[in-house]
Amino acid sequence: MTDFVLNILLQTVRISVPYILAAVGGVFSESSGVINIGLEGIMLNGAFCSVVGTYYLGNPWLGLIAGVTGGIITSVIHAVSCIRYKVNHIVSGVAINIFAVGITKFFLILVFGSSSNSARIIPLKLITFPVIGGISPVIVITVFIVVLAHVILFKTPFGLRLRACGENPAAADSLGINVWLMRYSGVAISGALAGLAGAWLAMQQSQFTSNMSSGRGFIALAAMIFGKWTPLGATGAALIFGLAESIQIHVQTMGVNIPSQFIQSIPYLLTIIVLSGLIGRSEPPAAVGKPYPEELSL
Amino acid sequence: MAFLAVELRNITKTFPGVIANNNINLGVKDGEIHAIVGENGAGKSTLMNILYGLEHQDKGNIVIRGKKVRMENPHVAISHGIGMVHQHFMLVRRFTVAENIVLGREPRRGPFTDIRKGLEKIREISDRYGFGIPAGEITGNLPVGMLQRAEIVKVLYRGAKILILDEPTAVLTPQEVKELFLILRNLKEQGHTVIFITHKLKEVMEIADRVTVMRKGAVAGVRQTGETDESELSRMMIGRTVYLETGRKKAEKKETLLELRGVSLEDEKGVKALDNVSLELSSGEILGIAGVEGNGQNDLLEAVWGLKKTSSGKIYLMGRDITRLEPARARREGMSYIPADRQRHGLVLEYSVAFNMALGRQADRSFSHGIWKMNFTGMREKSRQMISEYNIVPGNPGAPAYSLSGGNQQKIVVAREIDRNPSVLLAAHPTRGVDIGVVEIIYKKLLEERAKGKGIILVSSELSEILALSDRILVMFSGRITGETSPDKTCEEELGMMMTGSISMQERQ
Repeated sequence: MTDFVLNILLQTVRISVPYILAAVGGVFSESSGVINIGLEGIMLNGAFCSVVGTYYLGNPWLGLIAGVTGGIITSVIHAVSCIRYKVNHIVSGVAINIFAVGITKFFLILVFGSSSNSARIIPLKLITFPVIGGISPVIVITVFIVVLAHVILFKTPFGLRLRACGENPAAADSLGINVWLMRYSGVAISGALAGLAGAWLAMQQSQFTSNMSSGRGFIALAAMIFGKWTPLGATGAALIFGLAESIQIHVQTMGVNIPSQFIQSIPYLLTIIVLSGLIGRSEPPAAVGKPYPEELSL
Repeated sequence: MAFLAVELRNITKTFPGVIANNNINLGVKDGEIHAIVGENGAGKSTLMNILYGLEHQDKGNIVIRGKKVRMENPHVAISHGIGMVHQHFMLVRRFTVAENIVLGREPRRGPFTDIRKGLEKIREISDRYGFGIPAGEITGNLPVGMLQRAEIVKVLYRGAKILILDEPTAVLTPQEVKELFLILRNLKEQGHTVIFITHKLKEVMEIADRVTVMRKGAVAGVRQTGETDESELSRMMIGRTVYLETGRKKAEKKETLLELRGVSLEDEKGVKALDNVSLELSSGEILGIAGVEGNGQNDLLEAVWGLKKTSSGKIYLMGRDITRLEPARARREGMSYIPADRQRHGLVLEYSVAFNMALGRQADRSFSHGIWKMNFTGMREKSRQMISEYNIVPGNPGAPAYSLSGGNQQKIVVAREIDRNPSVLLAAHPTRGVDIGVVEIIYKKLLEERAKGKGIILVSSELSEILALSDRILVMFSGRITGETSPDKTCEEELGMMMTGSISMQERQ
């Protein structure tokens, strides 16, 4: 029985890791004032870069770094279009998602000669803990990141300034805070974390498969909203979503037939409920999605 | 003291097509309260933005305590002890007051923000000048007066010795203004210099030591407040004598146009925004509603207009029951509404002047041919006529509304609503934030309508406006009508007291 529970919990964590990383990334981006619906595409690019990195450099750790880098680069495209060129954030994010599907497939064929999957790569070595056994170091890194994210956002001057840019950029600007720099940082951090999330997905399967992020970026967004735009909240929400999936898988292997589509819709249903204000209110940062400086209305 | 605190020498600043500041010279002495007055668009704000480093002069020098300074950005200004309190508060509503104050200059302990040290310093400033500021509160929960104090503390926290206040009293109640002035005097006593931008001459006379008057981007003159008076200043400001004395004739009571019987209204949280309000409005009457912002005056107009649904009571327009009618119906029944916020509710800023003037009456004969075809020629003609009648600048019907100044935007709304020839006009803050020339036109128009036998309900936070225009005045306090008076029986101070519930009608008599 304890094994069964432990199994479910470990699986929950494994499922939740990409949600947690991308959702915490989303918190940074949106706290700074940039909507990041492109998490899905950033994750996908991160996954692909990590596979290519590992494949050519022969070291999964370097692959991880490549994934993070790929995520950052993708997010910076989003950042430049939203911040510098004041493109509507949703439009830019959707474009990033479509772009990522196309470009990863393109390079998949170019590098690995297949339109469906890459060659297999060396996975990361597990760290062994008593009782729970072997665990990917990425999980440990994730725990560390969540705590660090909370501290950075709420306990440091950087976090205060970042949040000010998402709430009232004009106020931040009037106090000499560089709003653009803050927003670029916020989006880049989200790119790094979503890229890491993608790398995790690839490492789990030891390869890249076409469109492998398969909606996880959107679940991460849902977790971010469900968690009220805070790292700890988003993590909690991601774990709840992960638990639901894990239970569904176990229940199904036991032969009870709950449609998986029903379980898959739970995160979104919960998010709609939260947004409609039924369980407490979840309000986004006041200036999220608004370009700065706004066009002057005289 | 040998040096002036601030000296602006020959400052010139042009924007495409406009000279905002033309060879301006301004001297502010150490430790004085110096007012800068002028109409909207006279160049006051531009000049202060230059001094604070937000904009840059084309020509001229800024000299701070005898030293020439290049104000590249606000950082430079702050490092020279200059702080600016903007007209629109620059505060993050979800932060605590303390977080707002330390933002950008956080006390640190290692890599972390040391909020306790910040709180200590804020308390010290607060005690020293009598701000009484609740540093730990969430900013969004505080009243406007307190927000402004937070802004001033923010500036002092950065070590400012020279404070620029941009229209600080525009949003305050008379009581809050008094408290603000007390703080300003404290600051002055302790050696601070205050530059105070306003267009309210009464306040200049009350608080300032000296005053610089600006007109059309140039300095029209400098005076000691002890050696001048309001009428001289207003002549300097406008270039002619302003006629705001409205010369009302006593209204003769005629028919009742609008009647409210026991109207109540609850907001989303179930709090009573209107509590059993009854009133009557006669033809040829301006009924002023005085009250501190947020005591139900706007809800009253919105309930009559049909924007908010009443929970009980009846509203009659010329004997017909119009309770809970849609605004479109209210329009057809012969009402007009000048909303409080022209930019959000009065105009579509991206539309042209002509389109804005047709808003809400696009189906009228002069704006359309039948259902399918708009009458653009008619629209242009009609808007040209209104543009010249209200002297709207620029006079181009095709100009987008956002390109006009606030005063001209307001004139579009007023022109549209009055041109519909309503029998009842609901006017919410019709002259908010517009300069004295526009005020004059709007007053004239409202009084013309009154003379034609229209009924007008006037909600305003400017008591002088209520007193100048109204035939009767109702005072609202927390959703109830707590008093009735008339301009010849009361004064601003008394109205102010009634508005804050400090005296009731009974005590008054």
